[in-house]
Amino acid sequence: MEQLLQQIVNGISLGSIYALIALGYTMVYGIIKLINFAHCDVYMIGAYVGYVCMAKLGLGFFPSLLASMLVCTLLGVVIEKIAYKPLRNATRITALITAIGVSLFLEYTTMFFASADVRTYPPMTGFMAKTFKMGDVVISAQQILIALITVILMVLLQLIVKKTRIGKAMRAVSLDKDAAELMGIDVDSTISFTFALGSALAGAAGILVGVYYNSINPLMGVLPGLKAFVAAVFGGIGIIPGAMLGGYVIGIIEVFVAGLGYSMYRDAVVFAILILILIVRPAGLLGKNTGEKV
Amino acid sequence: MLEVRNLHVHFGVIHALKGISLTVNDGEIVTLIGANGAGKTTTLRTISGLKKPTSGEIILDGVDITNASAQERVRIGISHVPEGRRVFSNMTVLENLELGAYLRKDKEEIAKDLKKVFDLFPVLADRRKQLAGTLSGGEQQMLAIGRALMSRPKILLLDEPSMGLAPLLVQEIFNIIKDVNSNGTTVLLVEQNARMALQIAHRAYVIETGRIVLSGTGAELMESEEIKKAYLGG
Repeated sequence: MEQLLQQIVNGISLGSIYALIALGYTMVYGIIKLINFAHCDVYMIGAYVGYVCMAKLGLGFFPSLLASMLVCTLLGVVIEKIAYKPLRNATRITALITAIGVSLFLEYTTMFFASADVRTYPPMTGFMAKTFKMGDVVISAQQILIALITVILMVLLQLIVKKTRIGKAMRAVSLDKDAAELMGIDVDSTISFTFALGSALAGAAGILVGVYYNSINPLMGVLPGLKAFVAAVFGGIGIIPGAMLGGYVIGIIEVFVAGLGYSMYRDAVVFAILILILIVRPAGLLGKNTGEKV
Repeated sequence: MLEVRNLHVHFGVIHALKGISLTVNDGEIVTLIGANGAGKTTTLRTISGLKKPTSGEIILDGVDITNASAQERVRIGISHVPEGRRVFSNMTVLENLELGAYLRKDKEEIAKDLKKVFDLFPVLADRRKQLAGTLSGGEQQMLAIGRALMSRPKILLLDEPSMGLAPLLVQEIFNIIKDVNSNGTTVLLVEQNARMALQIAHRAYVIETGRIVLSGTGAELMESEEIKKAYLGG
């Protein structure tokens, strides 16, 4: 029983990270129908910005978190402007290939400037280094922090999407671009804003991972990125609550597989889930099975 | 109010509009009728800024808006109800209407206009919390018109409002268009249902393969032998 609870606690931490990344995939897909493969590298950059802030500049965790989110926001907007906006009317495969190109560009540019070596975050001190015991279940302060920050960011995101003017514009553009334009919505800046939001969340995920697992490297985004993508598809790509749910489910499943002693297969299981979902319920858990609109 | 001069539009190599000119005066209902593929929808999409013309001019109240963005055109008073209604299906009726007033800041006036729309379409008031996608076709058309009115347009562009609706509903929609017009909104109406359109229109243009081939008052065209043959079924 304790074992089970412990795995759930660990799974929620990992799932939070996946959920934060998955949100970016799903929002961008929702609005321009692009799987933004460069998104996982925005997350990696977020981890590096956090590293520079905490290890080199000696900033505390929260200022570093803000810095990561800010830099990633800018990065996301710039990527959209330079790489995707000119392809707005191109075929989807063109944009997809471009996204892979951007992804490789970010990975190897980081490698060029920061070297391919693994970097380690400074050890946590004070409250951040504490662990709490509840019976036999151990919860670290970092795990609490991850879960808390993730929930706060998700609530904020929901508020923005549901209640604000720009959030309504985002939903309108993702439902029908032409009709949105006829309402007087500036479609380009709405798309930019979507990239900004998704990238900010990825930045937060990046620094949280750095703090949690300590080590980062330029290719660290690839696997979590793919798994977050699986999470987004699992929940129903384009659906925001779906990405949150998918992130937690994938995180918990992965931790359980590892906990049962099949650590070697943890990645395989996640991708098997992707295959299964695509066969059984291609629209995802929360998606409606609708035919392609004509 | 609205003047379109010698408008040419291309889709790749296809020359869709070959020099369309038309005028809509203040307070009028003008209809543009023609067969499928004649260029009716393209004309409206070019006026509202969704499609860029190759050449020609679009003038609203003396101002050349040929190069203005769609957003700018909404701001200065053009509102377009697109073909197929295009309501935001996953948003509530109320949210759809609020989006119609997206560019406006005058909260009190927006609330007044919302009330007006609900008076015009009581069914929308009853269903304000419902997702637009769950409405019937007729209700969606009403929502699309109500949404367009929320920007307080000078001119309303309507693309096939009768499409896919039962005859009784078509009559209702056309009555509403007349109401909206008598409340001071100018209307440019595109229709395949030529008979209904000509009945309520002050003036009409007939478009064939990208050219205006005939124009006159609604009553004149109703009597024209050509029109009777081609569009009114004998």
